[in-house]
Amino acid sequence: MISSDLAIILPEIVIAIYAMLALVGCVYTGKDALAPTLVWLTAGLFALVAIWIATSGGGTATAFGGMFIDDGFARFAKVMLLVSAAAVLVMSQDYMQRRGILKFEYPILIALAAVGMMVMVSAGDLMALYMGLELQSLALYVVASLRRDSAVSTEAGLKYFVLGALSSGLLLYGASLTYGFAGTTLFSGIIEAAGEGQTSLGLLFGLVFLSAGLAFKVSAVPFHMWTPDVYEGSPTPVTAFFATAPKVAAMGLFARLLFEAFGGVTGDWQQILAFLSVLSMFLGGIAAIGQTNIKRLMAYSSIAHMGYALMGLAAGTQFGVQAMLIYMAIYVTMNVGTFAFILSMERDGQPVTDIASLNMFSRVEPGRAFAMLILLFSLAGVPPLVGFFGKLYVLRAAYDGGLVWLAIAGVIASVIGAFYYLRIVYFMYFGEERDDTLDRGVSPVLWGFLALSAFAMVAGVVNLFGIEAAAAAAAATLVQ
Amino acid sequence: MIGLEHYLTVAAVLFVIGIFGLFLNRKNVIILLMSIELMLLAVNINLVAFSAHLGDLVGQVFTLFVLTVAAAEAAIGLAILVCFFRNRGTIAVEDINVMKG
Repeated sequence: MISSDLAIILPEIVIAIYAMLALVGCVYTGKDALAPTLVWLTAGLFALVAIWIATSGGGTATAFGGMFIDDGFARFAKVMLLVSAAAVLVMSQDYMQRRGILKFEYPILIALAAVGMMVMVSAGDLMALYMGLELQSLALYVVASLRRDSAVSTEAGLKYFVLGALSSGLLLYGASLTYGFAGTTLFSGIIEAAGEGQTSLGLLFGLVFLSAGLAFKVSAVPFHMWTPDVYEGSPTPVTAFFATAPKVAAMGLFARLLFEAFGGVTGDWQQILAFLSVLSMFLGGIAAIGQTNIKRLMAYSSIAHMGYALMGLAAGTQFGVQAMLIYMAIYVTMNVGTFAFILSMERDGQPVTDIASLNMFSRVEPGRAFAMLILLFSLAGVPPLVGFFGKLYVLRAAYDGGLVWLAIAGVIASVIGAFYYLRIVYFMYFGEERDDTLDRGVSPVLWGFLALSAFAMVAGVVNLFGIEAAAAAAAATLVQ
Repeated sequence: MIGLEHYLTVAAVLFVIGIFGLFLNRKNVIILLMSIELMLLAVNINLVAFSAHLGDLVGQVFTLFVLTVAAAEAAIGLAILVCFFRNRGTIAVEDINVMKG
């Protein structure tokens, strides 16, 4: 009995035990001298576990009386978040080491956050949901303030902590109401209590509070206030991490909760999600226009992108979930590449995040500028590139789901949003001449990720690398 | 007779006080931490009350998890606060303003 349960959560156990052993091992031996090795080791472990999960075959299994669900949806999300976490770890090693902030705790905290995220996407119970979410959040609060001697980084950590704790509080209050009015914390039990036409007011309040808490985690408007400050203040590799894996996990958890626990009352949460989605798309697009810091700009960009992903969920259909998964996969790929570029922005060896410093960058390094151009076009959703297809999927899902107004709003918002991406392109190719250009040369790792990501944006138009079929299969296990 | 509604009312009042403490407080970050704690404890009252009302132990198990996580959360919050204090020499809420927003 217990052994079959443990076999199902073996991937999580492996990473958790690895993190604890690495922590104890490093404390008693080399400490920070071991950090670079540990980064590669952790990234390797993530990649191995991702391959293991991807090849472990189909079927749906539940462990611990339904608290933990291992199905196609969970596996798809886990592979996505592990691969992106591994990519960000590899990218951050050189950057952090040169600036002396590569502590051995960093890969360990990322590993613990990864365990939390894996539990999140597999949660089948409000308790599992809460524990996974907190394991992820607590690790992320610490990495946000990793640069302990910097006022900006600790301020980012403090803001993230206070607002994250507030969102956990809202989520928990919703969980307590849901428990009280459904009589159980299991999603499979809640869906029976929350059937169509017999939902009590208490359950609805629970749903609203749970959605508000999760909207904080995916940084959807009006719960986005923390995002720009935390993105700007955190060390850039940490920002890159925030923009990728945790977003996937939070989206996965959102979808899991809405479909597995509240699948019977689609009409009730559709309105909430459509509201979050439309606000996020517009605010993300408009507020990004005035930004001068590229990390802050990426924060607003991620808010807008979460709006599109939520649009897929708001459709409330199986195709909507598929569209959301495809969108997240594309979003993560684009962000890994973009942050590889941002990490490589340096002047005299010092990191630069000012957008104006990119003026005439195409003349300094045409290759990198061109790769970034492709990524920016893809982020903006310019047609021949993969980013366009991501938007197309969610727009079609919203249209098919009867939310025509939302789809139209999405198109308008994407036109507004294209402006600030294209502004960077303008700076790079037609900006003013400057003497203080960025450094030439880039570490091969960053250049590799940038090139790979840009290449994927072009080559992916053929068949999206088969993501479409995989996402369809994953969505089918979530929405019956 | 004190029934479920009374407990839920107390919990709701405490929760709202916690939220207001978080947003209206302009003085000290420690008060923010206390407000967060108040919110979590309000949730615990809710859970225990529901648990007793339903005759189901799951709510109390949940409460224990919440208590444990709240302790870990407070520890991390205070640790970050200490780092912040070392850099800035203040823990006033109005001084958390290096970045706009």
